[in-house]
Amino acid sequence: MQLFPCPFCGPRDEREFHFAAEAGKTRPDTTGAVSEADWAAYLYDRRNDKGRVREVWMHLPCREVFVMERDSVSMEVLGTTAFRKAGA
Amino acid sequence: MTGRRTESGGLIDRGTTLRFRFDGRAYTGHPGDTLASALLANGVRVLGRSFKYHRPRGVWGAWFDDPNAIFDVALEGNEIPNCPATTTPLVEGMEARVVNAWPSARRDVKGGLDLLHRWLGAGFYYKTFIWPDWHLFEPSIRRMAGLGALDGKEIPDYVADQIHDACDLLVVGGGAAGLAAARAAAEAGQDVVLVEDHPELGGGLYRSGESVEGKARAEWVTEQGATIAKNGGRILTGTTAFGVYDHGLVGLATERGFARAPRLTRMRARRVVMATGALDRPMTFADNDRPGVMSLQAAAEYLTRYGVLVGRRIAVLSNNSAGEAAIEALRAAGAEVTEADPGAGPIRALGGKRLSGVRMGEKRLECDTLLVSSGLTPVVHLWRHAGGKLDWSDEKSAFVPGAAPQGMMAIGAANGTFDLEPALAEARAAALGKPAAPTGNSYSIRPLWPEPGTKGRQWIDFQHDVTLKDVELAARENYISVEHLKRYTTLGMAGDQGKTSNMAGLAAMAAIQGKPIPEVGTTTFRPPFVPVPLELYHGARRGQLLNPLKRLVLEPQHRQAGAALGEYGGWLRPGWYGPKPADQAVRDEVLMARKTAGIFDGSPLGKIEVMGPDAEAFVNFIYYNTIATLQPGHIRYGFMLTESGAIYDDGVIARLGPERFVISCSSAHVDGVEAMLESWRQDGNDPDRLFVHDATQHWATVTVTGPKAREIVGALGLPLDLTRAAFPHMTLRESDFAGSPLRVARVSFTGDVSFELSLRATKAADLWTALIDAGAQHDAGPIGIEALSVLRAEKGFIVVGKDTDGETMPQDLGFGIPRLKKKSAFVGDRGLHTEAANDPNRRQLVGLTAPEGSPTLPTGAHLVTGDRPRSEGIITSSYFSPTLDRPIALALLERGAARQGETVTVWHMGQVRTATVAPPCALDPEGGRLDA
Repeated sequence: MQLFPCPFCGPRDEREFHFAAEAGKTRPDTTGAVSEADWAAYLYDRRNDKGRVREVWMHLPCREVFVMERDSVSMEVLGTTAFRKAGA
Repeated sequence: MTGRRTESGGLIDRGTTLRFRFDGRAYTGHPGDTLASALLANGVRVLGRSFKYHRPRGVWGAWFDDPNAIFDVALEGNEIPNCPATTTPLVEGMEARVVNAWPSARRDVKGGLDLLHRWLGAGFYYKTFIWPDWHLFEPSIRRMAGLGALDGKEIPDYVADQIHDACDLLVVGGGAAGLAAARAAAEAGQDVVLVEDHPELGGGLYRSGESVEGKARAEWVTEQGATIAKNGGRILTGTTAFGVYDHGLVGLATERGFARAPRLTRMRARRVVMATGALDRPMTFADNDRPGVMSLQAAAEYLTRYGVLVGRRIAVLSNNSAGEAAIEALRAAGAEVTEADPGAGPIRALGGKRLSGVRMGEKRLECDTLLVSSGLTPVVHLWRHAGGKLDWSDEKSAFVPGAAPQGMMAIGAANGTFDLEPALAEARAAALGKPAAPTGNSYSIRPLWPEPGTKGRQWIDFQHDVTLKDVELAARENYISVEHLKRYTTLGMAGDQGKTSNMAGLAAMAAIQGKPIPEVGTTTFRPPFVPVPLELYHGARRGQLLNPLKRLVLEPQHRQAGAALGEYGGWLRPGWYGPKPADQAVRDEVLMARKTAGIFDGSPLGKIEVMGPDAEAFVNFIYYNTIATLQPGHIRYGFMLTESGAIYDDGVIARLGPERFVISCSSAHVDGVEAMLESWRQDGNDPDRLFVHDATQHWATVTVTGPKAREIVGALGLPLDLTRAAFPHMTLRESDFAGSPLRVARVSFTGDVSFELSLRATKAADLWTALIDAGAQHDAGPIGIEALSVLRAEKGFIVVGKDTDGETMPQDLGFGIPRLKKKSAFVGDRGLHTEAANDPNRRQLVGLTAPEGSPTLPTGAHLVTGDRPRSEGIITSSYFSPTLDRPIALALLERGAARQGETVTVWHMGQVRTATVAPPCALDPEGGRLDA
C-alpha cells in the first residue's frame, strides 16, 4: 500500500485518496467555439506516461485537491502541492 | 513402519500425549508436533496423493516447503480445508483427511490414473476435450481436479484482527542471523520487530548447528531472545512476513490457533532485514516422488525440532557440503546412513508406496528412506516482492540477492552466506545498516541439474505433477519463456509458489535450450509467500463495518410507528408503515397521500450549502440551468451534468440570500455531488471567496404532501403566511419552530401541494410528533419511500440513475432550453452538442399505458420493433397506480417524444406484450393539484 503525502494532512494510506485527473489539462473556453477534436482531447485523451507523471488527486477525508508528482514505474512519490498553489 | 520417535531431544513435550485421527485411523503425538511430524513418528509414510496422477506421496519438507501433504482438518465441529500437514500444529482431537484421494491416501480409488500417464501430459485436458465444446466436459473435469473440500459452514467469529504498526527495523526470520541482527539493533537503541514463523525461535539452527559461539543451541537462542526483549525489541513468533508491498509495507500474518483467523499486521518499517534462510532443492531423477524420498535438511529438522527419526536404513544423495551435520546427527540418533554419489549414473527410486532402495547406474542400494539434496536455494521471495534484483552465483549454483530494494538488506543463508560465523558478522553489520566485510565460504557444490532426454518419470513440480517430460513438451511447443512454461504446465503455481519446483523447472528449460540458467531467468515472485486465508485482508471490514448504513435521527419514531425499515441509497429508511403486507400498505399510503396527506421523512435529501461572494457564478457554472437569475427566497429545479453532457444528478437549488445557496441533490448522491463541487471549487476558483459545506446530516427534513398539507402545517402555528398567494410553489421561507431555525420549502415530488420543513436534526422529533398529531385530525399519516416512488411516477417525475442511464441528457427528458439558450459556460455544455447529442434517434422519456386488464409491465423490459427485433428502449419504472387504478410505467424510447399513441412491443424474458406510448405525466398534467 502506497503512502501519499496530503498537503493538508501529511502521509496517509492510498486507500484514502481518489484520482481525479492528469494535471496540466485546461478546460477549453466553451463560451466560444470548441472543435470536436479539442473537446474530445480534453475529455478522453490521456498521456498515461511511463515514468514521471503529474496528477491531480483528492484526499477524501479532508477534501484537499492537490497535484502529485510521482513515478508510475517505481511508484516513488516525488512531491505534492496543494492545487490552489500549483495553479494547474 | 519406518519413522519413529527418538528417546529424547526436540522441542516437543513428551510428557503429554495428544490423540488425533488421520484418514479414519487413530494416532498419538505430543504438543510441539505438527500433523506431519506426528504421523512420521507413527511410521506413516503415505500422506497424500498427487494432483493429477493420484500418485502416493510422502512428505518432502518439514515446514512451508512441503508440496505433498495437504489435509482437510476438522476439530470441534470446525473444518478447514487444505491445511499443509507440515505447518499445522497438532491439537488434541484433530480429525485429518487427505485431500484429493478416497477413501484414504493409502488406498485411493483413482490411483489407477497413474497408469494412463503416457496420455496425460501437460495440456492434456485442454487439448483433448476441445471438441465439440470444452464447456461440456469442464464441470466433471473440475470436479475431478481440485484439492480440499469446503464443508459450507461458516466458522463463528472467524475474524482477522488488523493492526497498523511501525518500527525502525523489521527483521524477518528468527534463525541465527535474524536473532543476531535483532539483538544488535535493539542494543543500539533501535525500535526492532523480529518475526519468526515457527512457534519458537531458532530457525535453521534446528537443521544444523548443535552449538553457536561456544554455547549450546537452546541456550544461545534463549539468550538472544531475552536480550532483544530486554532492550525493547518486539518478538512475534508464529508470524509470517507473507508479502512486501508498495512503499515498503510488509504484511505479517500471526497464527492464533486452529479455526481462528490469523492476525494481520500492516508493518511500516524504516528498514527491513531479510534473514529468511535457504531451502533444500529436490533432485530430479526417475520416480523421485516416491514416499520415502525426502529433503536431507528436512530429515535433520524432523530429528532436531520434533524428535522424529524419519528412517532406519537411510541412503543419502547430496551434491553439496551443507548436509554433513545432518548426516552426523542422523547417525548419532541410531540410523544406518549410507552416502552415495549422485553422479554415478542414472538414478531411480525403487519400490511403490514403500521405498525399497535406489539404483544408480548398475549399482543398487537397499534403503527405506532416501534423503536428497541438490543444493541450497536462498529464500528470496520478499526481496523480489520489493523489487530487489538477483545475481547468479556460479560458486553456489544459486540465485542470491543482488542490487537491494530501498531500505532492505539480506543476511545469512537468505543472502547465500551459508556458514554460521560469517552470517553472524553479516547480521551484526546489517543491524547498523552496514555491509559486512567479505569472508571465505566453506560451502561447496557440484552442479547437478535435470538432464533432458533421460529416461523415467522425473518430477519437477510435485504439487502439480509436472515432470521433466512436460517441460520438454512445453519447449517443443515453443512455451520457452519461463512465464509461459509456468502457465502451460502449471509449474510453480498454488501453495508451492516455486519453493521446491522453480529452480528445477528453469534449469531444465535452460538445459533444453542450451543456455546458462541466469539467461533463462526466474518467474515473477508475488505475495503471498505462503497461503493465507482471504479473511486476512478484510478482517472485520465487511457488512456494516465496511459500508455502514446511515441512520435517520427519527428512526425511533419510525420504529414506534411500525415502519418496515430497509436500505435505500445507503440510508436505513421506512419502506412503509404498519403490519399489512407490503403491496397493500404501499397502496393505502398512496391513496391517503392523494386524498388527505402523507407525512414523509425526507432527511437524507442533500443539503449542501454553497456560500461566498463567488457562490452565484459558481452554481451557475455547476448547473445546467441558469441559476444566476434565481432570486433569494426562490427555488429552481435543475440538473448537474458530467463534462460529457450526461445527467449526473437532479435536484432543487434554493437561494437563501445573495451569497448563499442550498443544493438539494438526490439522497443517494450527496457524497458524490459534494466531492464534485469541492473539485471544481479548488480548480480555478479563489477558495477564500467560495465555501462548500455539506450539512445533510445536520438538518432533518419532514415533508407534508397532499390536499390537506396546508392545514396540517398550519396547525403548527408557525409565524408564516401559508396561502398560495403569499407562499407560491417553488419558493422558500425561513421561519422558526419552537425557537429553532426552520426552513420551509414549497417543492413537490408527488404532484400535490407539499411543504418541506427542515430544521436542526436535534429538534426533528418534536416537529415530527407535532405533524403526525396534526395529520391525525385530517386522517393523514406517515408514508414510506415505496409510496413516494409510486406517487412521483404517477406524476412522471424521474429518479436519476433509475429513469436515466449514463447517456441520458436533459433534452431527452424535455429540458432542452438551457442547452440552446444558456450563454455562460457550464459543466457539460460542449458535450451537449456532439454528434451523439444531436442524434435524432436518441432515447427519450415517455410514459406507457398497458391494455385494459393487463398486469403491471415488467421493469427492465425491452421495447422492440421490426421483423428482426431490435431493442429501441427500456422500461425504467413500472407500478400499479392506486390513484388511477391502472398500471403506469416510465420508459426511455428512441424518438419517444414524437411517438405518442404508438403501440410498441414489450419483450421480457421471452414473453411478448404490447403497450401504448403516452406522456410521462399520468396524473394532473395541467398542474392544478400542484399549484393549489
